Amino acid sequence: MPAKASRAAFGEALIDLGARDERIVTLDADLSKSTMTAKFAKTYPGRAFNLGIAESTMIGTAAGLALSGRVPFCCSFACFLVGRFETIRVSVAYSQAPVKLVGTHVGVAIGEDGYTQMGLEDIACLRSLPNIPIVQPADEMETKQAVAWAVEHPGPVYLRLTRQNLEAVHGEGYRFQFGRAEVLRPGGDVSILATGGPLWNTLEAAKRLEADGIHAEVLNVATIKPLDEETILRSVGKTGRVVTVEDHSVSGGLGGAVAELLSEVMPTPLRKLGVSGFGESGDARGLYAKHGLDAAGIAGSVKKFLAR
Amino acid sequence: MTKADLSRLGDIARECRVQIIRMLTHAGSGHPGGSLSVIDILTVLYFNRMRYDPKRPVWDDRDRLVLSKGHCVPAQYACMAKAGYFPESQLVSLRKLGSPLQGHPDRVALPGIEAATGSLGQGLSMSVGMALGLKLGGKSSRVYCVLGDGEAQEGQVWEAAMSAPKLGAPDHHLDNLCVILDYNGIQLDDHVKKILDLEPLVDKWKAFGWPVVEIDGHDLAQIDKALDQAEAEKGRPTFVVAHTVKGKGVSFMEDNPEWHGKSPTPAEAVRAIREILGLPESGGQPAAWAAPILAELAAMEKK
Repeated sequence: MPAKASRAAFGEALIDLGARDERIVTLDADLSKSTMTAKFAKTYPGRAFNLGIAESTMIGTAAGLALSGRVPFCCSFACFLVGRFETIRVSVAYSQAPVKLVGTHVGVAIGEDGYTQMGLEDIACLRSLPNIPIVQPADEMETKQAVAWAVEHPGPVYLRLTRQNLEAVHGEGYRFQFGRAEVLRPGGDVSILATGGPLWNTLEAAKRLEADGIHAEVLNVATIKPLDEETILRSVGKTGRVVTVEDHSVSGGLGGAVAELLSEVMPTPLRKLGVSGFGESGDARGLYAKHGLDAAGIAGSVKKFLAR
Repeated sequence: MTKADLSRLGDIARECRVQIIRMLTHAGSGHPGGSLSVIDILTVLYFNRMRYDPKRPVWDDRDRLVLSKGHCVPAQYACMAKAGYFPESQLVSLRKLGSPLQGHPDRVALPGIEAATGSLGQGLSMSVGMALGLKLGGKSSRVYCVLGDGEAQEGQVWEAAMSAPKLGAPDHHLDNLCVILDYNGIQLDDHVKKILDLEPLVDKWKAFGWPVVEIDGHDLAQIDKALDQAEAEKGRPTFVVAHTVKGKGVSFMEDNPEWHGKSPTPAEAVRAIREILGLPESGGQPAAWAAPILAELAAMEKK
């Protein structure tokens, strides 16, 4: 499969699912061309609602729709969506309204638009709510399956999607399982837990490490909440070293979640790779290099960490 | 509305006022002022307008009430108990550990509550979504949203106000939505006019595309008639401005910001209830249902 942005895969999946399921509706805040729901709106005009640049009421309206039998996909850039945290907290989470929150344009990989458009703290915020699962699919195939899962999941959901193309990491026959992490590459020296945008680079880094005699085990953590404790502990119990990789703040994201888990049940040396400080404008490749999220940066960090 | 209806609703509203005072006194905290200002509106909704079945609180064809000013939920609990959602004896568990009668509404804890509210400004958006969802589902149910006046300072209210008259067009206009503003003029810190005046309020909502009906929010017949008008309105949701008095029915609470968010002492509660019932400060013959409540509060006073 050619590389595809997870937001694009989401938009395609929604059109297919919408044909079979009348309950599916979309809500947007003037970004439907970017969140990729615009085609759904063209295909099913009576089921797509553009609320204008008013994210708070979009989220509340989605909650009301969810509580009256619809399956609303409530979409915007992750930062604008999760920026209305208090509305998500009460209208969606506490009300147990099965809204499908879709945050796109995550991480520094959006590039040139700069920090104000980058979803960098969304995982940290939403992890603190008791009942919103967080899923970040790694490629087209996983995204489409995760969207289908979200429709059927009886509660609220947060899907974290990229602007940039993602290389396929799954072969035919792959089945997304909510709540499960997946070993993409086995190894015994270090567990590298990656999610979303930098996962491909992580696999590339593992190849480079292999050339240096370091056998890295790479896990795709698509479900960030709830964490697949069993799979993670099995890997970490074997390797005794953990590196996390994500295009999100180094505070409170996948790295934070894994650190919380391990510090309580299996204290293990850990290195968190992600974004420190604010993002900035630039090309995506350059930004990944600056934050050490390209293959060279990840491989270098792992080597330094293991030599400690 | 017939004279008999008026008399029946008046009796219910009086009884609910007594229960509000009673449960807040037991709880030792809560919001009497706004609960007393909104109770006549809720009485008409629960006992003369809304379709619901307390035995099947999530019946698909029910009408929905979203009390966006969630801090005044004691008024709603009083109506729900009277309607048969749960026993009236449970009212005194308000705000107590393990009670479904949370300090602010919790739809998971108490079936029949439609939305968690109390983080102000969110209820109208949820009501808009419900109204749209019901239309999309081919339901004829109506959605009532009760807003606070201080709450209308929240930006999200105005996002929803801008959206609701247009959303769903052309096939699913939200004329199944009616918003009622409990305009009692007082918020936590002080009078609304002194904190952040909402005026010219009617002009603002009209400018946003809403038909506006102004009423005395303590006149049961006027409330009912406004809801008739809302139901007759086609193609748009309706906004009802209900002019009310905070603390209505208890002279020492009326129009006094002090009583926004503090519960009465048992002695104050007895005074308040005697006044609501039209009894002298001492003596007189309370109705059979009210006598045990007065005795219970008098006993609390002695403790």
